[in-house]
Amino acid sequence: MIVNRRKLLGMGAAGAGGLLLGGCDALNADPAVRGRLAGAEELTMRAQRLLVGDALAREFAERDMSPVFRANGSVSVADPVYNRHAASGFAEWQLQVGGLVQRPLALPLSSLKTMPQREQITRHDCVEGWSAIGKWQGPQLSTVLAMAGLLPAARYVVFHCADTLEGQPFYESIDLIDAFHPQTILAWRMNGRPLPIAHGAPLRLRVERQLGYKHAKFVMRIELRDSLSGLYGGKGGSWEDARGYQWYAGI
Amino acid sequence: MKQQFVAARAASGVGKSAGSASMRKVHRHSLATRLWHWANVATMAIMLMSGLMIFNAHPRLYWGHYGANPDPAWLDWSGGDGIPFPGWITLPSFYSLADARLWHLAFAWAFAVLVAGYLVWAGLSGHLRRRIAPRLHELAPAHLLREAAAHARLRFAPEAGYNTFQKLTYGAVLLVLLPGMVLTGLGMSPAIDAGYPGLVDLLGGRQSARSLHFIGMALLAAFFAVHIAMVLASGPLGQLRAMVTGWQRIPAEGEGQA
Repeated sequence: MIVNRRKLLGMGAAGAGGLLLGGCDALNADPAVRGRLAGAEELTMRAQRLLVGDALAREFAERDMSPVFRANGSVSVADPVYNRHAASGFAEWQLQVGGLVQRPLALPLSSLKTMPQREQITRHDCVEGWSAIGKWQGPQLSTVLAMAGLLPAARYVVFHCADTLEGQPFYESIDLIDAFHPQTILAWRMNGRPLPIAHGAPLRLRVERQLGYKHAKFVMRIELRDSLSGLYGGKGGSWEDARGYQWYAGI
Repeated sequence: MKQQFVAARAASGVGKSAGSASMRKVHRHSLATRLWHWANVATMAIMLMSGLMIFNAHPRLYWGHYGANPDPAWLDWSGGDGIPFPGWITLPSFYSLADARLWHLAFAWAFAVLVAGYLVWAGLSGHLRRRIAPRLHELAPAHLLREAAAHARLRFAPEAGYNTFQKLTYGAVLLVLLPGMVLTGLGMSPAIDAGYPGLVDLLGGRQSARSLHFIGMALLAAFFAVHIAMVLASGPLGQLRAMVTGWQRIPAEGEGQA
């Protein structure tokens, strides 16, 4: 009697296990399930914004820095125009600022270097799990945005980049809360030297309270927009469009 | 009442209870415990499987604030194909860090609410004090040895309360491991670290938080394995019935002597 019941229980468990394994991937592919799960991203963003406010990310001392800062994602660019600029040390290169602004700008690297600067030694957290600590320097994004003057409809800052992801031009975006955070800078200097190409020369976004994939490298153009829909895949970034990463990467 | 259970403890063996003619019912699990238990089964399975997939994305662990491929790792499973946990135990079964994060970060809310809610209930209802906290006499070496010997012979007393090893284990899981998983998880968030640097400092840095999160997972997995083994060894149908209905049938007083 007990043996039979146990056998039955075992068979039931094995069957449930099989269903579970197949069922997991089926659930994972179900758009309704994914929609529900993705709802947590909004909840996480609201909760973190409420709990964290405008607190600054921890800034470290020089002795805390990673001996070697791992370069990840795109470490080079195929675009010939970019490579011509790189060959001349980005002397003729200009950062474009446009979209929903009062005064579109074209800023040479020299003017970005002479604006008020912010230097910060911060921890860079990759979505994969590793971290590296490095020193970054550049103007605050808020300084550049103030020069351009935002139109009232502007809600998102989009960074158009010289590299590509899966054949599409690379882009990323943040909202104005992160854009005006004091530690959000356009870094042209890293660890006391001009930003290397592997780390996104001539300009890389630092948005310190989010994961590494938000820190767009090879930034060519900044566009102010009222919405992220209608831009490439519509999810606000190349990693979001191509791989399904969360747009808000605070955890 | 309590004396009877204690008297019955040492005497009864496995399987005796099922065949005994004279049985009586004891209430073993409150409704809150039963609901929490089964909600945990689903939530922790999802957290474990999606978490193992997230670990697959970078199967190296470090101590301190930073740690990446050029830095020394205390655990490195990046050899071979670099994917240590196979598809049958990950969510999803194919490699997708993004999908695993989708599940993990959604069910992290359920996990945190379940842990916090149960701790509040267990504290306020007296569950922690009456059923989890060991009595002083139970911690006496002689008593612990006696219980260990009974455990080793797979003899489990059909009493209403938990034995000392259960109390200590459940207490450690409830008060240390489960809240620890929430806190080490939060310690990996760059946003939370900005707002609450004391948390990540307490954990020894973000990479230490990630290592502790992994170790906590391994301890919870070990707890799960032992838990299942103990349920199987102590009459799985009766245990299942108790965790569903709250009631367990045990031999009446004086019956079931070995």
